[in-house]
Amino acid sequence: MATNFTVNGKAVSTNAPPETPLLWVIREDLKLTGTKFGCGTGLCGACMVHIEGKRAFSCQTQVSEITGKSVTTIEGLSPDSSHPLQKAWLAEWVPQCGYCQSGQIMSAADLLKQNPKPTRAEIVEHMSTNICRCGTYQRIVRAVERAAREA
Amino acid sequence: MNQHIKSFQTKVSRRQVMIGAAGLSFAIALGDRADAAVLASERTGTAMSPWVSIAPDGTITIMSAATEMGQGSMTSLPLIIAEELDADWTKVRIVPAPPIDQIYGNPGFGGSMYTAGSNAVTSYYRPLRTLGAQVRRVLLDNAARKWGVPVEELTTEPSVVVHAKSGRRLGYSEIAAFAEVPAQAPVIKPEELKKPGEFRLISKDVMRVDLPTKVNGGAKYGIDIQVPDMLYGAVLRAPVEGSAPEKFDEAKVKAVAGVAKAVKLPYGVGVIAETPWAAFAARRAVADSVSWSKGGKAWGFDSDKGLDTFLAAARDSTVNGSDWFKTGDARAELPKSATAMEAEYLCDYAYHAQMEPLNAVASVSAAGDSAEIWVGTQSQSNAQEATAKALGIARDKVKVHDLLLGGGFGRRGPRDMDFLIDAVLLAKEAGRPVKVMWTREDDVRNGRFRPLSAHRLKAGFDASGKLVAWHHRLVGDRVTPYFDPVRYERAGKKDFILMLGADLKGYDVPHQLVEQIYEDTGVRTAPLRGISFTANKFATETFIDEIAIKRGVDPVKFRLELLQKTPRAVKVVERVSQMANWGRKVEGRGFGFAFLDYSGSQMAGIIEISLDRRTGQIKAHNFWCTIDCGTAVQPDNIVAQTEGSTVYGLGLALSESITIKDGAVEQSNFYDYLVPRMNQVPQMHVEVIQTDNHPTGVGQMATPLVAPAISSAVMQLTGVRIRHTPFTPERVKKALG
Repeated sequence: MATNFTVNGKAVSTNAPPETPLLWVIREDLKLTGTKFGCGTGLCGACMVHIEGKRAFSCQTQVSEITGKSVTTIEGLSPDSSHPLQKAWLAEWVPQCGYCQSGQIMSAADLLKQNPKPTRAEIVEHMSTNICRCGTYQRIVRAVERAAREA
Repeated sequence: MNQHIKSFQTKVSRRQVMIGAAGLSFAIALGDRADAAVLASERTGTAMSPWVSIAPDGTITIMSAATEMGQGSMTSLPLIIAEELDADWTKVRIVPAPPIDQIYGNPGFGGSMYTAGSNAVTSYYRPLRTLGAQVRRVLLDNAARKWGVPVEELTTEPSVVVHAKSGRRLGYSEIAAFAEVPAQAPVIKPEELKKPGEFRLISKDVMRVDLPTKVNGGAKYGIDIQVPDMLYGAVLRAPVEGSAPEKFDEAKVKAVAGVAKAVKLPYGVGVIAETPWAAFAARRAVADSVSWSKGGKAWGFDSDKGLDTFLAAARDSTVNGSDWFKTGDARAELPKSATAMEAEYLCDYAYHAQMEPLNAVASVSAAGDSAEIWVGTQSQSNAQEATAKALGIARDKVKVHDLLLGGGFGRRGPRDMDFLIDAVLLAKEAGRPVKVMWTREDDVRNGRFRPLSAHRLKAGFDASGKLVAWHHRLVGDRVTPYFDPVRYERAGKKDFILMLGADLKGYDVPHQLVEQIYEDTGVRTAPLRGISFTANKFATETFIDEIAIKRGVDPVKFRLELLQKTPRAVKVVERVSQMANWGRKVEGRGFGFAFLDYSGSQMAGIIEISLDRRTGQIKAHNFWCTIDCGTAVQPDNIVAQTEGSTVYGLGLALSESITIKDGAVEQSNFYDYLVPRMNQVPQMHVEVIQTDNHPTGVGQMATPLVAPAISSAVMQLTGVRIRHTPFTPERVKKALG
């Protein structure tokens, strides 16, 4: 049975079994590979997307839960890397291997939406859901602060 | 007109190539004009040259010989060529080099294409500068001939040859259109290379070419690849390496919808399915039905008992080791010492935890006589060779696509390329391309770890209290013979991945002996960021701190005494102590120092910590660090790498531990293997001390500073020495009593 929902504003449909993690549908069916597989258990944040405008671990969201909902992935955050966070990420030279950064940016976008001028402590608390093994944390904080300032 | 040098073939001798004889062809090519240096998938044009092609539109394609795992080599190596070529960086396209060792091999690894050891810039720096200068010289010679002027009158601006006297100018692409390329590359003398003051790109913080794709989801990693007609694979590996599946219930696999088949592999059970979720489900379904042969060595091994055994061997002077490093005569001098000190240190197994779980895509021809692979690897050479070996075909029958790596840290370069061979074997079985993805649990349980080690150190002092003799007995699980038997043989059976850094490089101690007591538990091992230095510098630097305290000398002052003969080291130590205002007292805080000469890079660090005595939890607040890595090719990237390698060191120091029970790994994911999160990292203050020395490594140099600095900071704060990494809350509480 097909599940219908929207991704980055476009209507999509999948025949994946209802218990399939949304992550795999996004990556392998829809070929939106900016959303990453990291742990499969909601512990690292590499799979972070927005569902109905709020951040969610796509590896912990089953297809059965998203009927009719709207999903945004890193590819849908802006058409041309123009989101203030994307610009700030480049200005601060945040990425190293880059694998976690889609998830980091999606988490940060969720934060700024709720709280456009977060304190440093609020940034750290919110972003500690996301692991960066290259250790770019200090630059992520700077980039979020920059985006909040320049947005 | 355009001569494409035929000697670009792989038969060209390595020396010729690396001095640039073959690097001088100009491809006349069509291509899109780039607005900034970009990462591209292919060279523009039809005619190829090994390193540099120049297209009519001005595009300069430069080959990237190193793989990109976040360290920045995909930018910094082409940048070095572009510097001496005087290329307009905005017109540069960077393309991964094909796996031709003779042309692109890393001089630091015997000519293999291998990106590791933080040595890409170190090893390629001179050859690539010369190569860039040779291409520039040929452009100048051609322009001089065209204009009928002496070549000495010509200069270059980015991608333009200029004759100032007549005001004439010719773009590189215009010259490439008529260039005659000599069969022998022009000789470039070292003094003809640019002086540091003339650099336009080196040390100017040019943005890494991969970054724009890493903020919009566009960057392509191995795991992102899909090829037509592709299936998905998953592999259940034996819990202990060396074991094989004896039998399993194939019906359980077949019962899962969308599953094509189960495959008995020499080391596990593979499943092939239409979708990734079916592949994972099939593997789960079959898991309980597999019985394993008890092959392999690690069955029965428990790491906690193993560490006790290691320590006992370190203490037992009747257990002979082999001399890894010797200067002076410590064996004779130690018994003569006026006074002596001894100490012991322990390190657990540690896991890489690169964010992208291991994976690969492979396709094998129906006849089995050729293959194509897509993989994020630290060694294109090993990937190609391992595939060829698995299929029993020649290396050049394997087409390699190397993709970005979602972290490497040493895990993605083994000689046998375990994770790639999963895909190769299943693709052969399927007769279709197969993508194999390891789950995080696979990645942990099939990990190859920083080895378990026990260290016993002894220091001897003369009558004046001067440190004169040093003995380090290191009992550790073997790495090099397992991880890379070829390099182990080449190195004269020296286990350098375990042993490097166990000496006192930089310190003036006349009699030193480092012994290796060889252990082979059968547990899988590998280099891991900071490599052997993480364990060995924890032991040596912590002991140096203990010695300073025992002698009543300030630990930084004691280092400066030992480093008198190495002014570069003195400078990083003095500067970091200024930055941290070393010597100040802050209520509730402890400060600890460490120094390291890591492959020539001079590193010094000071950490500020506090400690919750009730929970045993250590919190790092600030970390000051200085690095002198010679010429700083990409200064801000050096800062970034130093921050990153500090965070990595923090994990190894505080929380990361792999334990083995009956030969199998006990951890499985980020809930029981704890890597640092944002709320655990200190403020990092990094200063790059630029010198004109040959560039040395930056990718992992701060990692080994962290554990000894923390141990010493805890000592300063509590008077208690902690000696076993990671310093978990339980261990800290136990030490505090």
